[in-house]
Amino acid sequence: MTIASLAQDTIAAGMPLAELYHYLFVAGVLFGLGVIGFLARRNLIIMFLCTEMMFQAAGITLIAFSKYHFNPDGEVFVIFVLTIAAAEAALALALVVLLFRRKETLDASAWAMLKG
Amino acid sequence: MQELASNLMNITTLLGASGGESLFTYQESSGGPGWLGLIPVLPAIAALICLLLLFLARKGMASGKSRGPAYLVLGFLALSFILTLSGFLMWNGQGKPAWIVTLFDWINITWNSGDGEQSLIANFGFYFDGLSFLWMLFVTFLGSMICLYASEYMSGDKGYARFFAAFGLFVASMSCLVLGDNLVMLYLGWEGVGLCSYMLIGYFYTKPEAVAAAKKAFIVNRIGDLGLALGLYLIYTTFGTVQYDELFRAVAERTDAAGSPLDFATMWQSWAIPCLLMIGAFGKSAQFPLYVWLPDAMEGPTPVSALIHAATMVTAGVYMIARMFPLFLMDPDLHALHAVAWIGTFTALLAATIGMAQFDIKRIMAYSTVSQLGYMFAGLGFLTTTGGAYHVFTHAFFKATLFLACGAVMHGFAGQLDLRKLSGLWSQPGWRITSVAMLVGCINLAGLPLTAGYFSKDMILAEAFYTPDSLIHFSGLMGWILLFTAGLTAYYTFRVFFRVFVGPEHYEPGDEAYDHDSDETGEESHHPVEEHGDHHADHFHPHPPGWAINLVLSVLAIGSILAAIPYFVSDGNDKSKGWVGDMLYSSSAFYKSPAGHADKHGNETAVLVPADPVVLPASFADEPAAAGAAKGKVPAADAWPVRDQVEAGSILGMDPHKAMYYISAVFGLIGILIAAYLHGPKGPAGLFIGNRTQAATSRADALLPKLGPLPRWAQNKWYVDEFYEATIRLPLWVFANIFHAIDKLLIDGALVDGISSLPKAFARSIRPLQSGVLHSYAAGMAAGLGIILLVVWVFSL
Repeated sequence: MTIASLAQDTIAAGMPLAELYHYLFVAGVLFGLGVIGFLARRNLIIMFLCTEMMFQAAGITLIAFSKYHFNPDGEVFVIFVLTIAAAEAALALALVVLLFRRKETLDASAWAMLKG
Repeated sequence: MQELASNLMNITTLLGASGGESLFTYQESSGGPGWLGLIPVLPAIAALICLLLLFLARKGMASGKSRGPAYLVLGFLALSFILTLSGFLMWNGQGKPAWIVTLFDWINITWNSGDGEQSLIANFGFYFDGLSFLWMLFVTFLGSMICLYASEYMSGDKGYARFFAAFGLFVASMSCLVLGDNLVMLYLGWEGVGLCSYMLIGYFYTKPEAVAAAKKAFIVNRIGDLGLALGLYLIYTTFGTVQYDELFRAVAERTDAAGSPLDFATMWQSWAIPCLLMIGAFGKSAQFPLYVWLPDAMEGPTPVSALIHAATMVTAGVYMIARMFPLFLMDPDLHALHAVAWIGTFTALLAATIGMAQFDIKRIMAYSTVSQLGYMFAGLGFLTTTGGAYHVFTHAFFKATLFLACGAVMHGFAGQLDLRKLSGLWSQPGWRITSVAMLVGCINLAGLPLTAGYFSKDMILAEAFYTPDSLIHFSGLMGWILLFTAGLTAYYTFRVFFRVFVGPEHYEPGDEAYDHDSDETGEESHHPVEEHGDHHADHFHPHPPGWAINLVLSVLAIGSILAAIPYFVSDGNDKSKGWVGDMLYSSSAFYKSPAGHADKHGNETAVLVPADPVVLPASFADEPAAAGAAKGKVPAADAWPVRDQVEAGSILGMDPHKAMYYISAVFGLIGILIAAYLHGPKGPAGLFIGNRTQAATSRADALLPKLGPLPRWAQNKWYVDEFYEATIRLPLWVFANIFHAIDKLLIDGALVDGISSLPKAFARSIRPLQSGVLHSYAAGMAAGLGIILLVVWVFSL
């Protein structure tokens, strides 16, 4: 079952437009893009943005399940996560700036000397 | 039960009849005045204070600029001597049972309470009887004297306080050894003197020879100490006690401490215990297989050689055998005493031959010490504890005199000890007292008639012939060997005197002084140190001894002469053997020869008594038999093989006690005459038969080549050290290297390093994963996620 056929089936079946698996689909796509971006790019800022994308994918999943189960815990959890993510983003960007100052580059492979 | 009691009564009656002649007398001990306990404590306190001074590092006190530490230790030692002397006078006035003074309970363990109760009791107590008083009198007296000598001799030395700390500790340990009222105390003192000896031999710790000599002394002594330790353990397992009074009572009654009878004639311990103790004595008293440490110990400062390695510590072995003499008599065949006699005789001869060929005068004295210790052991072996103890007593004085005189020479001539490089000290200014002291020491050592050394040596020699062959086999042969050795002794002693102290005046300074036992401080110092950069004979000034050394030499020389008096003084307990015999009479060392007893003029013919060394409490002799039986303390006399009556020995058909006066004098005089002929200078100083005109050469030089390799062998100490090197040290060295290799390769290499390398190798194999490339980690995580999804998917199908 391909993703395209899944979407077609959904529409053809005349189901309500946003079922649970739509949300999960979006989250999966978002996460996959994040992973691909993280693996493909070498720029530290882009890689950081990619991790944020994976993060948000997980958030969407949580909210979707929260709605599905009529349980607000997931939403509450996501709000907490977003708050912490904001702080963490500030920290991470500061680190990136420091790393940049040290090597005058944003290439992640410049820090490959940190090996075992 | 009743039958047994009546049997015992009969036996007691029988023994009571002949019981007056028991060989070993056990006497009840009683408590003595408590202040006697201070005798060993005072030197220990002095040592502690010296140690404190050392740590407080008061420069003046620690560097020898002040003689404070010396006078401090001297004061405590002198006090200790005064206490000993007054204690002796008090004790001597009373009925002479042993006094026991207990300072505190030390070891007191009991187990298996009730049935089969066992205990180990060793109090920190002191045992005062004739034997220990005799030893303590000369130990504390000579200790004080030599301390005074050392106060001058050691002045200017950096380790002044260290020296006197060890000195005080030595006297404390020696007192503990001699006075201890149990075998554990004896062992404590025994190890203590060994330790102090080690510290003092290695006193000049920057000198490699001194350090090597210290190690040698300590290690050789370990071998003997092992024998002693095993002997003590065996005594404890056999008799169940280590306390002297209980032990001697048990031996006297032929039971163990708990009272169950022991059969001395058949049990193996009766020869094993004395043999093990004997090995300990050989180590400490430098007897044949273990004597090699003593000559090397001369690397220590001379006062140490005099006190520890001539006068006191080396006599500890003699003391121990004398103290344990009842145990040596347990064996009906007296195996251990035969060995003691033979080893002593052999050592006396061997050391005398080596001493004859040495050129270092201090070393000659060292070998003469070994040789004289051999005499003492031979005396013990000939069953004359009195002779052995008396020779210890006289030897302590004259050997201290000799050593201290040698030390004064060494001190004054910048470490020169070679008798070829010194001559005519008698007529050099400031050396008269030293020379006279040396002469007094020499005539004693050589056994010139009417000197103390002559009487004490005669006592041993006479007893060699007097002791019947059936008791100690070939004692007569040993006596002749010892007589011959007496001649050699006279020769090598007077060789030193004729070469160094009389004759043409000549000296060459030694090369080693002014670096350690520097003479240049102290009150007789006249030259600043810088002037002594090098010492050519031209501007070297010998440096005669100061008041302290002269005073000590005079006192000891007089003491050496006066040491003959005890031979003539007796209060009647053991008339024939003088004061020392009296002293030993009231101790465990007393032994009454089964050959009967002629007095010292040999008037009384040999009284033949049964040779059964019945060891019977003295009190039983007068006690009614029934009382003794009731106490259940009756020896099983029938278990002992009663020897036949023994005939006293003789020498050339004469009574040895009479004849020995002349025979030994002849041997001594011949030795002296040979020394005078070979080494004496012209004129009266060489007894009119010498012709030496130079320091370095004498008639002996022409004679030596005719003797073949013997003089060279003797000078090289009969290659005993080399023999030990090849047979003991080399194999040990090879083994040590083999074990080292095994340790290095197998234990360390294969096992320890091998096992520890496994985690390392594993780590190395997976370390590339930690590449440092961020994307590879991310890829790994993504791949892991993919795998998990795959697995979930597969399982959900």
